[in-house]
Amino acid sequence: MTDQHIATQDNDHHDHDSHHGPAKGWRRWLFTTNHKDIGTLYLTLSFILMFVAGTMALLVRTELFEPGKVLLNPEFFNQMTTFHGLIMVFGVIMPAMAGLANWMIPMMIGAQDMALPRLNNWSFWLLPFAFTMLMSTFLMSGNAPDFGWTFYAPLSTTYAPKSTDFFIFSVHLMGLSSILAALNIVVTIFNMRAPAMTWMKLPMFVWSWLVTAFLLLAVMPVLAGCVTMMLMDRHFGTSFFNAAGGGDPVLFQHVFWFFGHPEVYILILPGFGVISSIIPTFSRKPLFGYHAMVYATVIIALLGLVVWVHHMFTTGAPMDAQLFFMYATMLISVPTGIKVFNWTATIFKGSLSFETPMLFALGFLVMFTIGGLSGLMISLVPSDYQYRDSYFIVAHFHYVLVSGSLFTIIAAVYYWLPKWTGRMYSERLGQWHFWLTTIGMNVTFMPMHFLGLAGMPRRIPDYALQFTDFNQICTVGAFIFGFAQLIFLYIVVMSCFSKRFPAATSQVWEGAHGLEWTIPSPAPYHTFETPPDLATVNAAAPQLE
Amino acid sequence: MRRIFLFVLTSFFAIAALATPGINMPVGVTPVSQEIYRLHMAAFYVCCVIGAGVFGVLIYSLIAFRKSKGAKAVHFHEHLGLEIVWTTIPFLILVALAIPATIVLSHIHNTDQSGLTVKITGYQWRWKYEYLDQNISFFSDLSTTQDQINNKAAKSPWFLLEVDHPLVVPVHTKVRLLVTADDVIHAWWVPELGVKQDAIPGFVNENWMMIEKTGTYRGQCGELCGLNHAFMPIVVEAVSPSDFAKWVTAHQARVKGDHS
Repeated sequence: MTDQHIATQDNDHHDHDSHHGPAKGWRRWLFTTNHKDIGTLYLTLSFILMFVAGTMALLVRTELFEPGKVLLNPEFFNQMTTFHGLIMVFGVIMPAMAGLANWMIPMMIGAQDMALPRLNNWSFWLLPFAFTMLMSTFLMSGNAPDFGWTFYAPLSTTYAPKSTDFFIFSVHLMGLSSILAALNIVVTIFNMRAPAMTWMKLPMFVWSWLVTAFLLLAVMPVLAGCVTMMLMDRHFGTSFFNAAGGGDPVLFQHVFWFFGHPEVYILILPGFGVISSIIPTFSRKPLFGYHAMVYATVIIALLGLVVWVHHMFTTGAPMDAQLFFMYATMLISVPTGIKVFNWTATIFKGSLSFETPMLFALGFLVMFTIGGLSGLMISLVPSDYQYRDSYFIVAHFHYVLVSGSLFTIIAAVYYWLPKWTGRMYSERLGQWHFWLTTIGMNVTFMPMHFLGLAGMPRRIPDYALQFTDFNQICTVGAFIFGFAQLIFLYIVVMSCFSKRFPAATSQVWEGAHGLEWTIPSPAPYHTFETPPDLATVNAAAPQLE
Repeated sequence: MRRIFLFVLTSFFAIAALATPGINMPVGVTPVSQEIYRLHMAAFYVCCVIGAGVFGVLIYSLIAFRKSKGAKAVHFHEHLGLEIVWTTIPFLILVALAIPATIVLSHIHNTDQSGLTVKITGYQWRWKYEYLDQNISFFSDLSTTQDQINNKAAKSPWFLLEVDHPLVVPVHTKVRLLVTADDVIHAWWVPELGVKQDAIPGFVNENWMMIEKTGTYRGQCGELCGLNHAFMPIVVEAVSPSDFAKWVTAHQARVKGDHS
């Protein structure tokens, strides 16, 4: 380990091949400090958990296929909705974004690795233990956590199952992992950029992750505080959230959503960065309004810190507070709109081709806009009295998160997979994957808008007869959506392990710009041991043209 | 591929159109629910216009600027005027939406001059209604049988939306609602009355309704409250003031009878 590490800095005295290759077998993965290996680990964990949490969603949709009990009793149904949300947020989206950051940030800024490689190893390896502990609650006597991924007190404190303590510890581990990863990313971007890589030459993906990392540092400690207060209430006689002891259940929601709302931007901003890489490539045209995009990202993050009460409009918040948070929430749609308009302007008068990454990017653009517009509707407090906790909300946040996070992650994987594995994927299968995913996604979530407006509450295992038709459509869509991901699994596995797919060039995409395309495919185990020079950096930053 | 997609899309909307009961928010029967409905529709139309603009440009670009049809990229990447325009116009649209929203919200918060006060308490998993000035208090439980839920009996038309003792209120009367809970957080939600108010243990939230039409209005608990969250519906019966007076007298007499 240490030898290798010194060797990378002292490569004149050592033979490249003998010291720079990865270790063999399981030791490579357990002890690795290489940003590419750790990126792969993050992405693999995320991929596995996506199928776990996706299966849970399909169980939920099966139960909701028709009124009356279908498959699950209400206890298990509540556990499924809880775990689906928790795992998708903390186990799928966040690790996948961290995996992309690990793989791409050093390669995009011309650094040889992350700034803190051992910390990087630890950040990842906390996660498998956190999720093993979380899942182990299914094997315990009594229920697994069943209070929704938002775990509102006192349902999650006084009235919660015993296994909640394991949930609390697991959230602590996830939070620790995220904080360490975020620190590492901030330090890397500040200190490890190639000398010629000034701030306004940074690729948008790096900018987005820098802002995201600051958001993580701002709010993950608050989540840790939140679950610690729960633990104190449960076992040490405090009454933070217990009105009978002088506490306030609404305090829980303030603390939770102070974390929870920025969390939404944590899930989405890196995806914005991915889209800002992909759309210019396949439009063969530089990103429109690079500077505006950078400022919009920063403003979204800052405003995102002061809108949390919009999740709590029906809790009896005073009118002044409701108005402040409504105006602040509406204001976020201005910088978000700027981003959508800039992506559209990038496409306008381009020279477009529609490879799979571009298809997913366009799918993102359309569906994220739909989700953003329903978000604008929800920001209006009076209407929110009707939308809150209905399926309209479920539809809204799935449009935003499935397209904003999942679609962008899938787009990123198709976009950079040839760079990672050295093999092109099957374009035909990729197109099938895109169309089935997009159709499945819309058939699943579009009818949920109607269900919510008609009055169906979220998180119910059984429903009134009038909701039957749309629920059946949703369930059919969910199965199309779910099974389409098996195509994705096949494509990724084949691209990693099979020799059948054609080899990729170092440029991979005709219109791609960026330092990552100046190195061979697959990317060597160590890259940019000497930083790229000014000419290379400038050539890779098309916004300077 | 595109043909398949269009087919699925068309059939999807055809199915959606056939299954029309409950595709939109109910207009409702209270001044607040109607104001909310109008605000909701105004915001929806604004979103449609914005969506049409963005998607129009996008679809045009996707058709007109394809590399396979020989499109050459034009290298522009900044335009200050354009960026100012698409920052300012959305901002003005937001102001136009914020004004009516603020007005409606001030109506929701105005609980003055009510003619009747009902205290609503959420329990796991039932509602309790107390008429503070009439000395009436009762629990309201789901009346759908377990056999219907387990598919052992035919489902009644109001499956999961029926209770043994509905909340009875007079029409054309401002009813002040004091909402609280005994254990965990619940939410009292009846879409057609435009009321959703969280019921929070230890705190009392206020809301109000003035029903303009006699009838039966149904809703459900709106906040996950544990095992039987789906099984604590709300039924409100709005009757004429004279019928309400009769109901109050009959109820009080019955309670007195039970006690003697």
